[in-house]
Amino acid sequence: MSSPVQDLSVLHQRREQRLMLALAMPALLVILLLVVLPVGWLAWQSVYQNGFTLENYRRIWSEDIYWRSFVLTFEISLLVTLLALLLGYPIAYAASIAPKRWGIIILALVVLPFWTSVLVRAYAWLALLQRTGVINQLLRQLGVIDEPLALVHNSFGTIVATLHILLPFMVLPLYATMQQIPRDLMQAGASLGAGPMLTFWRIFLPLSLPGVLAGSTLVFVLALGFYITPELLGGGRTIMISMLVSRNVELYDQWGAASAVGVVLLVAVGLIFFAVSRFIPLDRVLGQK
Amino acid sequence: MMIASCCRRALLGVSFGAFATLSALPAHADQITFVSQGGAYQKAQTIAILDPSAKKLGITINQDSIPDAWPAIKSQVASGKPTWDVVDVPTGYCLRGGEQGLLEKLDFSKLPNGAAMPEAYRSPYSVAYEFYSSVLAYSQKKFSAEAAPNSWADFWDVKKFPGRRALRNHPIATLEAALMADGVAPDKLYPLDVDRAFKKLEEIKPNITVWWTSGAQSAQLLNDGEVDMVMAWNGRVSALTKEGAKVAYTYNQGILQSTSLCILKDAPNLATAVRFLNEAVDPVHQANLPLHIDYGPANPKAFDTGVIKPERVAQLPSAPENAAKQALMSYAWWSSPAGEAAEKRWVGFMQK
Repeated sequence: MSSPVQDLSVLHQRREQRLMLALAMPALLVILLLVVLPVGWLAWQSVYQNGFTLENYRRIWSEDIYWRSFVLTFEISLLVTLLALLLGYPIAYAASIAPKRWGIIILALVVLPFWTSVLVRAYAWLALLQRTGVINQLLRQLGVIDEPLALVHNSFGTIVATLHILLPFMVLPLYATMQQIPRDLMQAGASLGAGPMLTFWRIFLPLSLPGVLAGSTLVFVLALGFYITPELLGGGRTIMISMLVSRNVELYDQWGAASAVGVVLLVAVGLIFFAVSRFIPLDRVLGQK
Repeated sequence: MMIASCCRRALLGVSFGAFATLSALPAHADQITFVSQGGAYQKAQTIAILDPSAKKLGITINQDSIPDAWPAIKSQVASGKPTWDVVDVPTGYCLRGGEQGLLEKLDFSKLPNGAAMPEAYRSPYSVAYEFYSSVLAYSQKKFSAEAAPNSWADFWDVKKFPGRRALRNHPIATLEAALMADGVAPDKLYPLDVDRAFKKLEEIKPNITVWWTSGAQSAQLLNDGEVDMVMAWNGRVSALTKEGAKVAYTYNQGILQSTSLCILKDAPNLATAVRFLNEAVDPVHQANLPLHIDYGPANPKAFDTGVIKPERVAQLPSAPENAAKQALMSYAWWSSPAGEAAEKRWVGFMQK
């Protein structure tokens, strides 16, 4: 079987692999320098301070403020992910089936908020949601409510603003996946007698799942680390885990106390991914093969 | 750790130090590097205190600014070769820095201006530089001048003074206010009865709409009518008044807080730094500060210079008449183990 032609092609393939690796090296180096090393250094600080110590982890284990913040952070992140999926899916679907020009306009509207800083958008939500804000005033003038609703300075305001900021991270992967779904499949389904609902349910939705997983993962992980929206719109009550990180830097006067919190979050997310990967192949989430 | 005032000023002037350095005199003259918090606050100091001091002493003052100097102080001193000489920081940092060996112990025989100040205004490592106050502020749309809340007991009285309230999301000054609401006299606060303070805070907690985190936020809440009364820094409220907002505040039971000057351990220009430190709290320079910003001089003698007009004196947190109505914050207590433990309790209280 080993004809000289085949050997040549194997050789060629190997050379190509090496070339690809060489091309990827700069990016890998940047990741190593800017991600792996600092994170490793922080993790090291959390266990080493004038000698090996687990004090920073003992504290997280023994004080229930951390537990409460972790639970709240995961609850909010999960809720934001679900809402982003509910809101983002129809948008991505509309963009993928609309005529090309309309699709572009829809996507542009989704991406547009990226041009504004997160801080500015958080303040904009404050102007909209607060007691004397646009929404409450409108509702009062329409006679819907007598007393202003508490829309901000609580978890609600935090979730709304976080959702708004993260929505594009759901829509874009969904759109990318949906665009690759061949339209012929739906037509084939229709020609076999299935109605629009059935073709969507049995054909389109399953094929769009990789996008759902990719978008959900992105949104969930990003939401876990949110700081500005709970800080500005949470009214002081919505204490997410990132806020405990900054508090620990101030309170304990050293990086270790704060980075231990980050390490625990990182490990928790890692474990969740591991659990999820038992049911769903991760390469579909991350690589979209 | 104390961050009592790191964020109360606009952080606009971070690059301010850079252009101030450009105007430096020839390098061979005696010089120091002075660090404050930037923004309008540092500009006001430059006009009132820094430039006149430099001229009088014949030295060059290089300026730098940083919102939170503490980490930089630690790392500079740890390196063994600090570049800063004198820093203006919340007084708690000076106390903590002194304890941790990060600061030069001051020889008050070389600091006549500092030695003449009240003992409560200095420590072995620091001299108070300026005062501000955590005051009870309220909306005049909601409360007329006669029927306005005038004490922390009033702030806690939700029946007599209905309305929405905000407090700072931080134990410093908030615990003091709670104890005064519970009947503790302003001059009998320390050591704080932390359990009693938190118990009193539990009482008002359901009626607090917002726990604010930045000075700008406290002003915005009051200005937008989001809350009707708030504990806020006096400078933030008076800035609103100047813009025509219908808000007012009382110094009654305010908590008088300060920043202090201290000198880094092994500062490169130690002798000049000591000369400058003495000059910076000179009564006349100090009296000039409130002409440019709403903070009070730390040296009480400034009020005897005649530089500050009587109507301006009445507005300043450290004016003798106003100071008498207030509680003087004990940074020594907040830096003590009991104070640190109280700070750690805060998040648990907020989560419940």
